[in-house]
Amino acid sequence: MDYTKLSILEVSKLLHDGSVTSEELTKQVLNNIKQKQNLHALTSVCEEYALKKAREVDALFKKGEKLPLLAGVPITIKDNINIKGLKTTCSSKFLENFVAPYSATIVEKLEQNYAVIVGKNNLDEFAMGSSTENSAFFTTPNPYNLEYVSGGSSGGSACAVAANLGFAGVGTDTGGSVRQPACLCGVVGLKPTYGLVSRYGIVAFASSLDQAGPLTKTVKDSAIMLNALTGYDEKEETSVKREKEDYLTSFSGSVKGIKIGLIKEIGSDGMDVEVKEKLESVIEFYKNQGAEFVELSVPFVNNALACYYILSSAEAASNLARFDGVKYGVSVFDAKNINDLYLKNRSNGFGKEVKRRIMLGNYVLSSGYYDAYYKKAKKVQKKLVEQFNKVFESCDVILTPTSPTPAFKIGEKANNPLSMYLSDVYTVPVNIAELPAISVPCGFNKMGLPIGFQLIGKKFSEKTLFNVADVYDSKNGEAK
Amino acid sequence: MKYDTVIGLEVHCELKTKTKCFCGCKNNFGDEPNSNCCPVCLGFPGALPVLNKTAVEYAIMAGLAFNCSINNETVFERKNYFYPDLSKAYQISQLEKPLCVNGYVEINVNGTTKKIRLNRIHLEEDAGKLIHDGMGGTVVDYNRGGVPLIEIVTEPDIASADEAIAFLETLKNTIAYTGISDVKMEEGSLRCDVNLSVKPAGSNQLGTRTEMKNLNSFKAVFRAINYEQKRQIEEIEDGHEIVQETLRWDDALGESKSMRSKEDSQDYRYFPDPDLLPVYISNEEIAEIKSKLPILPNELKAKYVSYGLSDYDAGLLVETKNISDYFNEVLTHISNPKLVANFIINETMRKLKDDNTNKIDAKNLAELLLLIDKNEISSTAGKQVFEKMWETGKSAGELVEQLGLKQLNNDDEILKMVLEAISNFPQSVADYKNGKTSAIGFLVGQVMKNSKGKANPQKVSLMLKEELEK
Repeated sequence: MDYTKLSILEVSKLLHDGSVTSEELTKQVLNNIKQKQNLHALTSVCEEYALKKAREVDALFKKGEKLPLLAGVPITIKDNINIKGLKTTCSSKFLENFVAPYSATIVEKLEQNYAVIVGKNNLDEFAMGSSTENSAFFTTPNPYNLEYVSGGSSGGSACAVAANLGFAGVGTDTGGSVRQPACLCGVVGLKPTYGLVSRYGIVAFASSLDQAGPLTKTVKDSAIMLNALTGYDEKEETSVKREKEDYLTSFSGSVKGIKIGLIKEIGSDGMDVEVKEKLESVIEFYKNQGAEFVELSVPFVNNALACYYILSSAEAASNLARFDGVKYGVSVFDAKNINDLYLKNRSNGFGKEVKRRIMLGNYVLSSGYYDAYYKKAKKVQKKLVEQFNKVFESCDVILTPTSPTPAFKIGEKANNPLSMYLSDVYTVPVNIAELPAISVPCGFNKMGLPIGFQLIGKKFSEKTLFNVADVYDSKNGEAK
Repeated sequence: MKYDTVIGLEVHCELKTKTKCFCGCKNNFGDEPNSNCCPVCLGFPGALPVLNKTAVEYAIMAGLAFNCSINNETVFERKNYFYPDLSKAYQISQLEKPLCVNGYVEINVNGTTKKIRLNRIHLEEDAGKLIHDGMGGTVVDYNRGGVPLIEIVTEPDIASADEAIAFLETLKNTIAYTGISDVKMEEGSLRCDVNLSVKPAGSNQLGTRTEMKNLNSFKAVFRAINYEQKRQIEEIEDGHEIVQETLRWDDALGESKSMRSKEDSQDYRYFPDPDLLPVYISNEEIAEIKSKLPILPNELKAKYVSYGLSDYDAGLLVETKNISDYFNEVLTHISNPKLVANFIINETMRKLKDDNTNKIDAKNLAELLLLIDKNEISSTAGKQVFEKMWETGKSAGELVEQLGLKQLNNDDEILKMVLEAISNFPQSVADYKNGKTSAIGFLVGQVMKNSKGKANPQKVSLMLKEELEK
């Protein structure tokens, strides 16, 4: 029997009652990976590491130990998250052969939950992009149509989950990098509240916006993953100290009395017709389930994208400056002097988009421009936070599309960065305001490509998000 | 034409915390290269900094010691530049909201006091150390990378090399008292850059300044300032304009060389470090840190004056922490501050001019001074014993015994010698009786000579007077 199509919740029961071993499950997943190499969802597969972990979990199951829900479940993680002793490439030539000397806190947490990590997912180089076309190695196509993109930057993770190359993926979301590919690949993607999931050991793109989150087949699986990923981390100052919640208690199965906000500034400009239709059917669904809808105003929501490209590029320019080839990473041997070494290493090591962001970031931080760009963007961010706080006084969650369009064709936007950036227009405000949001699949367009919607919550309202999302996800399963 | 020199100093001082500023690595000078390093201080991908609270406390201590206001909110920023000793290609530092602002240091030059205002003291991390391996290559030791550092920036209140040195000495000494740093220039835990310009005497218009780096000793600072002010004056007198630039002092050649001009000056692209939270310090916390601050030279000096020491002597004792610590320790064994102060100033400090280490521990010196205090030996004999103690390391008691210097206090024996002197020198007796009171000095000298220096001179003099006036 092929178990790989099941959800975590389903397969976990089978693992716990001994119907299947983790080793068998892991082998099935590894086999899927081999069969579907054309998906290019993974930058590396850690077969030995995974099988060793699987056998360890099986031994514990045999001893009758009480193990967490994730125990023995094969998953994949994005290749910008460190696992000690394995490569972390960030899909960059610069780190092509970089072996991580330590594990990220979330990897330690996943290991404490006995999850079996089978491989690392392809991404846009250093998580900069919306299609994985910026990977230095290969593009991950959409599993529903190989001529289309899987989204990005966590495209490899989304594709892997959709194609059963692991029961869940862990991605990172700086401006939509979990939600947008989840949407384009028809899976569930969560961006938790900033500070809820440790960033330690995740290669930084924009430190004030980066947040790791799970990609799963169902909303309930997302809650299982988040249970494993959260927890205060003393190795990170921005990690939030608060009591750990059990997200599996989120589900009441009802949205009666829940107030769902619609942002009036998010018009249908640039929104695909079929995406709009699907969104309307989602609204209809929730109304039928007893939810109330309110129209709200977040005037600065359309400034978020500009704000995002200033803040994220500024931080990225500084975060990526350490990649100079002096301590690790690619390095030439024929440098004439230290500046020549930097120039050659960084010119050779980085791709076009990364260079573009570094230049943009250094520009907005340079003297004479700092006030006009960086400082102003910080002010816009503050305003946006205030405006979101205000609207959450009159609603529980906000509903938007996740992406204005379904997956686009590979190559279609590759030479038009601005149109590429626009695919994150609904997801970016969430990161700027440090809020949680979840993308939930809601059917397909006529071409057979997935469409999704996004629910945004107030800070630390993941439970509400899970419940509202799950009502659609479990009751409307047939629409998928 | 006459010129005024205007100098501002930037002093870097490494803090003596157990661990580094943003990670748990040991902060220890002289360990094997790259042995105190981790993903955080090596700038490995994904590693994040966490602020060392003790470093903040130490920096606040420095601020309080130099009369600064402590900001209740302080922010760490990234100073971005490429250099192989800077593992992250940015230094975590402070620009807009430093920890401490608006302090001053009081200095003493040729008997006059002057206040040198401080613009700020901020906390930052040190860079690693580049070592040229002698084969044309350069290697990096990142042990120093991430060590907490305070940067003390003065206003341009310093007018001469003498004032600069007085400032640095006061600064160094005060920091030594706080215990937050080793302040060793030779180990690089104290470093100094000089900003200098000249202007026509009395003019309100500041001249173009240069910044001088690589000053590795107070002597180098002194020489560099004198060189640079002379150079700038000569340039102006020759009709040239001063170029704003960064200079590197070459102490061996005794001259400065241009490192880079203003046009090549770096744009550090400072911005708040998103990995670090703003630090909030309440007035209560500042008060608590203040209460932990050890006694500082000025307070200590006042305390010594209250013991009955002269202002001058008290000042000499607090000039170095080692000496005042020593003085304090000796005083735990003997309650005659004046005697102890005189002895340390005249004997110990004289010896220390040629010899860097104090050879006599406090308890041993106290033993010697107690013997003098109780009149068991004369102070002349005391000095003799002191010399022997310094040479041999033996105890005072042992040496007094060995050298037979125990003071003669027996009244009968002294009286016998006094009467002997009176009968042997009738002329002096007659002189005294005729009103030439100084003649008694000769007689005292004769008794002392006769007793081989052991007789208690006060007693001798007292008894002589008594006998002569009978």
